[in-house]
Amino acid sequence: MREERAPGSWRTTITVLRKDLLLELRGLETVPAMVLFALATLVVFHFGLNRDTVDGQLAAGVLTATLLFAAMLGINRLFVAEREQGGFDAFLLAPVDRSALLVAKALALFVFLAVLEVIAVPAFGLLLLGTSLGPPLLGLIAMLLLGDVALAVIGTLVSAIAVHTRARDLIGPIIGLPLLMPALIALARGIGPLLAVHGSSWPPARWVLILALYDVVFALLAYAVFDFLLED
Amino acid sequence: MDPPPAIELRGLVRRFGERTVLRDVSASVPAGATLAVLGRNGAGKSTLLRILATLLRPHAGEVRVLGEALPARAFAVRARLGLLGHDPLLYRDLSGRENLTYHARLHGVAIARVEDVLEAVGMRERADEPVRLLSRGMVQRLAVCRVILHRPSVLLLDEPLANLDPAATQLVAPLIGRASGATRILTSHDPQAALAEADLVLGLEGGRAAFLTEPGRVDREAVGRLYA
Repeated sequence: MREERAPGSWRTTITVLRKDLLLELRGLETVPAMVLFALATLVVFHFGLNRDTVDGQLAAGVLTATLLFAAMLGINRLFVAEREQGGFDAFLLAPVDRSALLVAKALALFVFLAVLEVIAVPAFGLLLLGTSLGPPLLGLIAMLLLGDVALAVIGTLVSAIAVHTRARDLIGPIIGLPLLMPALIALARGIGPLLAVHGSSWPPARWVLILALYDVVFALLAYAVFDFLLED
Repeated sequence: MDPPPAIELRGLVRRFGERTVLRDVSASVPAGATLAVLGRNGAGKSTLLRILATLLRPHAGEVRVLGEALPARAFAVRARLGLLGHDPLLYRDLSGRENLTYHARLHGVAIARVEDVLEAVGMRERADEPVRLLSRGMVQRLAVCRVILHRPSVLLLDEPLANLDPAATQLVAPLIGRASGATRILTSHDPQAALAEADLVLGLEGGRAAFLTEPGRVDREAVGRLYA
């Protein structure tokens, strides 16, 4: 029997998110590539810096750059299935709130980034970090999660723009990197003191607030413009 | 008083960059009727269907579907439209059942309906296989399932029987044919098959309406010119 009304936004979001996670589990195309890329980058840093260990702001820079490069892979692939397999049309034909696609894609990218960090951060600790990850772990997780929100929201917005262009592999980084720069600076400055020898256990409040504010502003901006990106 | 038409086009224009694909196309299709759209490749048939499906915006003219003006009221008609185009709109790494469950959720349809439509096209046995492993005919049958899942009032059918063998055609034809009771816009490269199905025929030539008439009044030479 047919239900009487179209599904609500949250239900649509869950439906699209579940489909995206299922597609990733089946194909294993995005997250393994991101993890491999991050590990390779850490190895390059290990030998390129010619140092056994790093700490403080240098360690923060290495970790932030590594996560950014890996995230760009995920951002570039975020809408590939929608473009190549008609997912955009299928979604647009449904009587649903189009913003649900933005939220679902951002959540999917957020999950991919979290899985990446579960592997890449301990690897960073083993390969490069000169101090223990134990004491500042909670602060580090908080900052990484705020950074993931920025990467997920801005990445989804940029990916939705890029996917409709011919040079989509270039457009993503060209638009995305400048937009992400303030968030990445805040992330690196926030986690620098956490990774210092005898460093603090919680990031400076200023950088937490800047990153959180940036997340909120871009979440609202993305929500406002996403519908227009789906128009022909 | 006559009931309002299910589909109404007045002076429809659609461009892609510099190229005008549809020029001043007008037509009116009563509820429950079938309009066959004839024309060679690039005549504007698929563009017309995509405008009616709310996937493309018209650049000029008026489009009404089920009484709702497009694109302003697109949201109000999407639940009542079904588009079967060249692309099946199915994820290749998901199974047929997973794809249809996804579409059922997007359309707010009970999941039990998925089993009904799979049964109707004879695909229940193969419904758990990834779509990429199925033949083109089977994928087309799943695409038909996707289209009828939410029982649309308007069917937009672009070469609907492509890739289907005679047995599959027999299964699928009643679901998207006249028996469905839906208003249908049908394109086909086979004019005879399309004429047999239609109540009205629109011939498109270079994006213009060359003729709009009943099948019995179609000038065979005019049809021949469309494909010349």
